Amino acid sequence: MIDVTLESVSKRFARTGDTAAVDDVDITIGAGEFFTLLGPSGCGKTTTLRMVAGFYFPTSGRIRFGSEDVTRRPPNKRDTGMVFQNYALFPHMSVAQNVAYGLKIRKVRRDESRRRVAEALEQVHLDGYGNRRIDELSGGQQQRVALARALVIRPRTLLLDEPLSNLDAKLREETRVEIRRIQREAGITSIYVTHDQAEAMAMSDRIAVMESGRVQQIGTPQEIYHRPANTFVARFIGRSNVLTLPVVGATADTVTVTLPGGGQTTVAAPADHGLAVGGAALVSIRPEHIGLGVATEPGALSARVTELEFTGMATHLTVDLAGEEVMVAAVDVPDGLTVGDQIGLRLPAHRMWVVRP
Amino acid sequence: MTVAPTAANLLPVTADPGPAGDPGRPRFTDRLRGGSTSAWFPYLLVLPLVLILWGYVVQPMLATFFESVGADGAENYASFFSADGVARASLMTSLIISAASVLLCGIVGVAMAFLLKRFSFPGRRLIEAIILVPAALPPLIGAISFQLLYSETGILPRGLQQLFGTAEPVLPFSGIAGVLVVHTFTMYPFFYLSASAALAGMDPSVEEAAYNLGAGRVRVWRTVLLPMLTPALVSASLLVFMTSLASYTAPLLFGVDQTMTMQIYINRTNGDLPMASTYASVLGVVSVLFLLGMRWYEGRRSYRSQSKGVAAHRREITNPFGRWFALGGSVLATAVLLAPVATIALVAFSADGSWTTEVIPSQYTTDNFRTIFTEPRAFTPILNSLQMSLIATVGCVAVGVLIAYAVRRLTFVGRGLLDVAVMLAWALPGTVVAINLISAFSTGNAFSFGQVLIGTFWIMPLAYFVRFLPLVFRSSSATLAQIDPSLEEAARNLGASWWRAFGTVTLRLMLPGVLAGALLAFVHGVGEFVASVLIYTASTAPISVEINNRMYSFEVGTAAAYGMLQVVLIFVVMVVSGRLETGRRSSREAAAWTN
Repeated sequence: MIDVTLESVSKRFARTGDTAAVDDVDITIGAGEFFTLLGPSGCGKTTTLRMVAGFYFPTSGRIRFGSEDVTRRPPNKRDTGMVFQNYALFPHMSVAQNVAYGLKIRKVRRDESRRRVAEALEQVHLDGYGNRRIDELSGGQQQRVALARALVIRPRTLLLDEPLSNLDAKLREETRVEIRRIQREAGITSIYVTHDQAEAMAMSDRIAVMESGRVQQIGTPQEIYHRPANTFVARFIGRSNVLTLPVVGATADTVTVTLPGGGQTTVAAPADHGLAVGGAALVSIRPEHIGLGVATEPGALSARVTELEFTGMATHLTVDLAGEEVMVAAVDVPDGLTVGDQIGLRLPAHRMWVVRP
Repeated sequence: MTVAPTAANLLPVTADPGPAGDPGRPRFTDRLRGGSTSAWFPYLLVLPLVLILWGYVVQPMLATFFESVGADGAENYASFFSADGVARASLMTSLIISAASVLLCGIVGVAMAFLLKRFSFPGRRLIEAIILVPAALPPLIGAISFQLLYSETGILPRGLQQLFGTAEPVLPFSGIAGVLVVHTFTMYPFFYLSASAALAGMDPSVEEAAYNLGAGRVRVWRTVLLPMLTPALVSASLLVFMTSLASYTAPLLFGVDQTMTMQIYINRTNGDLPMASTYASVLGVVSVLFLLGMRWYEGRRSYRSQSKGVAAHRREITNPFGRWFALGGSVLATAVLLAPVATIALVAFSADGSWTTEVIPSQYTTDNFRTIFTEPRAFTPILNSLQMSLIATVGCVAVGVLIAYAVRRLTFVGRGLLDVAVMLAWALPGTVVAINLISAFSTGNAFSFGQVLIGTFWIMPLAYFVRFLPLVFRSSSATLAQIDPSLEEAARNLGASWWRAFGTVTLRLMLPGVLAGALLAFVHGVGEFVASVLIYTASTAPISVEINNRMYSFEVGTAAAYGMLQVVLIFVVMVVSGRLETGRRSSREAAAWTN
């Protein structure tokens, strides 16, 4: 087990000129951690992973595996196991030959190699598939061969580049549990790249949210979800209301704001929020954290329903709260509620959080 | 960057990011092993390729130009502008022949494409199977077969003469008309192939939409089908024009002396190298302009059917008269398409000197083949051709595969130029390639290690290498385009060095394409005549030159027997390539799985 450190890593491509694909990224990934790079396409997450794998060299900054500087080391000297988005299985080799490829290069003895290949295939539930041709396998099976091929060499880090994106929804959920199980058993430091926030939340120990080549926030799934650093993270992870509210009081880690439609509330804020009385704070609250009641209830804010969408498990409402458009997701809504009705909203202070722009 | 507010998430920030792009300063050997990821690696790989292309393609071209502007350069070039000169007449004749060839090939090729792709009639499959046969013949033996068939002493005019009892042969082709017959039969595939590809790629619903909106058949043709075929037709026109300009054997056999290629040959054999170089330079420049025009046009062509749609439908011919007519047409077309090969085969078994005024030879024998294989002097050209072509093919594979890899997979300054340099070798007519090599290597230079190559053995495989490198390059490059680059990355990730990843994965998967290209280069080398005839020596005469010499000494049977060997080799290679093609398709399907 080994930790992976990226220190001020930047990557500029000659063809894109001055704009950095990856801009001054600092990340430390703990030994045995399952770490996810999450962001929309073009955010630099794959470029970052490819720098860790050695397919690109950073324009500046350093990459370390443990205390070893691997910044300019070629990919074949890094001892990483990578699972590619399209699996990149060698079509001219059998399943077993694919898995054995890395062992052959490492000059592992024939009988040991055979044993390890069998073990690896068993680990991904493909025992007995060794002699199959790659084009005889389904997408999910190919994905598991790719995983076995990466793991069988006992790499220092496992790199996964959107490995589930070519699978259908049901298989994707099964496979992510499976990947996590195998990773835990092997205790291997893993870096996972995805644009799917649900996948990132479900699998990761920690997540780095990236956008425009920069890391927007690093944290556990809970931290990212409940304490988004800025409006981008708040809106990219799940759905979020970001309300602009006047500040009437501030301490080191709280801000007191006036709510739309009256009343004041004190919400937690990051330590260096820099807000003062008279300013405006961006306060995020998730649609599912907003309570629903009758309009006349004491302490509730009165709002008018403008859109209503029943999805089965929950009802998604858009309401007009003193001129602000607010999304609400409720498991239970009053029967017969329709567009135009007045309802009461409760915004729990402990679910609100001050975000940066 | 923004850091999450929780203290635990604050990251250690190193104050010293180091000088940009240079952390760690690896040792030179590490860099060498760094392979394809290091920024300078492409240049290490590309440098020898650039030197080869410069030394054997570009530099000889420049040498020809300098040769042409030597002693009386101004006078040589001025002769192209004087109204009564041979030079100007030759240029005009060449251009007229080329334009007429485009027109004729266009009509034949597009008509064939429409008939075969849009209609269903008896005999269609047979014609589709043999439609490329006349074009597959080596240039010299192809032209000879047409001469034996359609010239004044040819089988058809004499046959008709006997049939109708006329005094003169009926419908003989001679001179420019003869050249055009050869061109039409051997070059219409450019139109046929591109038009049928365009028709196959065309979404039939577009045509149906036009009918649905009320357009009649003629209107649909004029406003929908032809405009959609335009890109294919323009590309084919440029190709036919270039190939016609480069054509040498047809004017040689039908005695049209005033063409560019013939003038190159005549001036060279008369010892006027500067004038030959002037013709070669003019022809070279025109060819290069056509190449650039073609690349430009293909870069900007835009119509592509959006949807994959249903396969194009074939209209069944139901009218009984139409069916009989179609059947008759098919039989005739089959006869015409197979006639050249049949003629060569027939004549190959005729006794030398026995065929004078008869329609077909009167005496048959197997002596021609026996002579070729038993008489050492007669067998030498075959050995020469095989040996020289094999050497050239090995060179083509080594260089062509690496250039294809460099152009497709590496990023480096001047990648486009490398691509153009290979295609330059393809665009230059064989006669021009020969003159270029003569100009460059009649004295020693760095690329011939100081040796004079003219008059030696090595100039021949070198010429074949330059002419057929593009075949291997294109075939390799097309296969490489089908291979997912992440396969090589996966191998690298698993610990393979660049060389090993290239060898065990990329090259291995390219193999069918490389092999197909190599076979093509080899068989073209064995059939090569155009460049050979300008640079061969008595001891290096290849098969085609021997055929030409035998024709001159009226040993037509022996000449045809040599030709038959070339033809058999070509058909064997075509069958093998067909097998490779199916292999390639299966690997393409495999690649599709991983995409």
